[in-house]
Amino acid sequence: MKKTKKKPDAAALNSVLVRRPIQRCFPIFIFPTFVAFMIGFLYPFLKGIYLSFCTFTTPRDAQFIGFSNYVKAFGDASFVHAFGFTALFTVVSVVAINVFAFAIAYLLTQNIAGANLFRTVFFMPNLIGGIVLGYIWSMIFDGVLRYYDTYLLAKTSYGFWGLLILMCWQQIGYMMIIYIAGLQGIPEDMMEAAKIDGANKWQSLWRITIPNVMPSVTICVFLTLTNSFKLFDQNLALTGGMPTAFQEGGEIINTTEMLALNIYKTFYTGANTRGMAQAKAVMFFILVAVFALAQLKATRTKEVQQ
Amino acid sequence: MKKKLALLLTVIMAVSMLAGCGGKSSKGSVYYLNFKPEADAAWQELAKTYTEQTGVEVKIVTAASGTYSETLTAEMSKSSAPTLFQCGNQAGLDTWKDYCLDLKETDFYKEMTTDDFNLKGENGEVFCAGYCYEAFGIITNTKLLGDAGYTLDDIKDFASLKAVVEDITARSSELGFSAFTSSGLDGSSSWRFTGHLANMPLFYEFRDDNVTSQPATVTGAYLDNYKNVWDLYINNATCAPTELASKTGDEAEAEFGNGNAVFYQNGTWEYANLTGTFGMNPDDLAMIPIYCGVSGEENAALCCGTENCWAVNKKASEADVQATLDFMKWVVTSEEGTKMMAKEFGPIPFKNAKESENVFFTDANEYIADGKYVVTWAFNHTPNVDAWRAALESALLQYSANGGSWDDIKTAFVDGWAAQYAAEHN
Repeated sequence: MKKTKKKPDAAALNSVLVRRPIQRCFPIFIFPTFVAFMIGFLYPFLKGIYLSFCTFTTPRDAQFIGFSNYVKAFGDASFVHAFGFTALFTVVSVVAINVFAFAIAYLLTQNIAGANLFRTVFFMPNLIGGIVLGYIWSMIFDGVLRYYDTYLLAKTSYGFWGLLILMCWQQIGYMMIIYIAGLQGIPEDMMEAAKIDGANKWQSLWRITIPNVMPSVTICVFLTLTNSFKLFDQNLALTGGMPTAFQEGGEIINTTEMLALNIYKTFYTGANTRGMAQAKAVMFFILVAVFALAQLKATRTKEVQQ
Repeated sequence: MKKKLALLLTVIMAVSMLAGCGGKSSKGSVYYLNFKPEADAAWQELAKTYTEQTGVEVKIVTAASGTYSETLTAEMSKSSAPTLFQCGNQAGLDTWKDYCLDLKETDFYKEMTTDDFNLKGENGEVFCAGYCYEAFGIITNTKLLGDAGYTLDDIKDFASLKAVVEDITARSSELGFSAFTSSGLDGSSSWRFTGHLANMPLFYEFRDDNVTSQPATVTGAYLDNYKNVWDLYINNATCAPTELASKTGDEAEAEFGNGNAVFYQNGTWEYANLTGTFGMNPDDLAMIPIYCGVSGEENAALCCGTENCWAVNKKASEADVQATLDFMKWVVTSEEGTKMMAKEFGPIPFKNAKESENVFFTDANEYIADGKYVVTWAFNHTPNVDAWRAALESALLQYSANGGSWDDIKTAFVDGWAAQYAAEHN
């Protein structure tokens, strides 16, 4: 009889005698990440909040001025417009990306020939950076629109749909991978039981498949929601916020400008607007956090335990 | 043993980190944040020479193309901030004036031959010194112009320019070239029209109204002249107006370089590319003023000005400020410095300046020598310049390629100015 090496059993690993020396070392394991987190995130974040109450050219010469940056930011028509445009874009893109990604994932888990090749091809656009994608697509759109004697920046709606097509093209592949993982995790016996009970394809999709991939839905909706809301590179490269519109009050609005681009442009308008841009950035953070958390809570409740 | 080794390595790492920070000499040092990527190699070379001669450390960092204000903001926030930086227009001065040293009493300033290109504070302080200047106008291929049966003497004002241009267009299939290169409105080309061409209406308006500092509003009194030239450009070009949205600066340059068009609106900086990359003969090149139908414009010279201005960081240490001023003086007085400046930047407004071989500067100087008036760079007063130009670009595109009305251009020009002024000063 072959002798197998004895594995350390779980009880031994859980023993206090083994765990305590490791536990004592926890600061060593935590320290580097903690320092990086402080330097790279916490400090800039807190400083950013402080700067939103200041007027400054560089962070070194900041002067505290109170809430006036926030007052100015709320009164800025371009910020309000950017919020509306971003919200609309987010809603449409979350729905479009997830529906397409799920549909493609569903098809590619149906034992069709070349499924792996298709998965790779669909995933690939995700490997290209946003700025590059923006420029490439602006050339494609202009090349096509030229036949209709128009161009991408002619109308706000062109910019909107252009951005949507770009984002779908880039994101669907990534979300598809997550959905495929979810679909493959559905227990075979459950599907078999449904079949025996006489459920048709449509019924098993709605009653078994979708409830079982809800954890994937949670992740994908979260990712698409935050990605769309924070969109910057693609927006900058594809339309740059153009075309502009003049409002009655004399204010100018860049009609395809999303929130992040609006903040960026505000910052570089002049020395007086940097604090205002910072205030917008803080509000932007709060908005993203609130929407993301609300969404997580909403989709979590729909998840089922297997 | 292992522990000791680890400790040793840690100590070495820590020491080498600290070593990187130290080493500042009492002589002070220079840190120049350069604006022009194409001149980076020349600056690095010059800095090395200066360090060899004087022992003063000179660090040259060049911001990536189009990111100067971002890089400057980031660098200025550091404890070892640039001591010498670029601040070339009103918007830049408004942002950085608290950092600019008054150069008026310095030895460097005494080497300057003109005040024309400097940016000043409210009380006459010289905050930014224009260290070189540029000129723009309509670059002309005189050989092709001759082929069409004209000489430069046939073009005296807008009416004569228009006659020549329209005649060339009428015969373009027979001649084999067009009058103008494409006036592309892609980002790489649109600044030629939203910035440089828009200078014409701004300049004449400011001249009439005696405007010398940034005004809160403009009237657009000379916009009809802007329209004159723009219509001439787009209707007599190598491409149809509907194709302008995606036409780039490189395309226009290539069209001119390859002899597909007689006229090309651009500036002195094109000389190196046209004679180098495209191998054009300098004798075939000339630059004429942009005529737009303003009365008396036959006495106009080229549009001369600069956005290349140096400012010294007042907040740097005294030794560093002094080292920087010494370096600047050396650059504009020494053999090595003036040679490099002439090569990279053309004629510079300093007493010891060397001659430049760039024919466009020769043209610019000839017009001035003939007593014609210089069209200064009025657009340096533009508030929130990128945004103002973007709106104008959008309106120009609508007008040219999408059947938009000229009123939208007026809105972008006049209302846009007021709005951007308000945004910048709120």
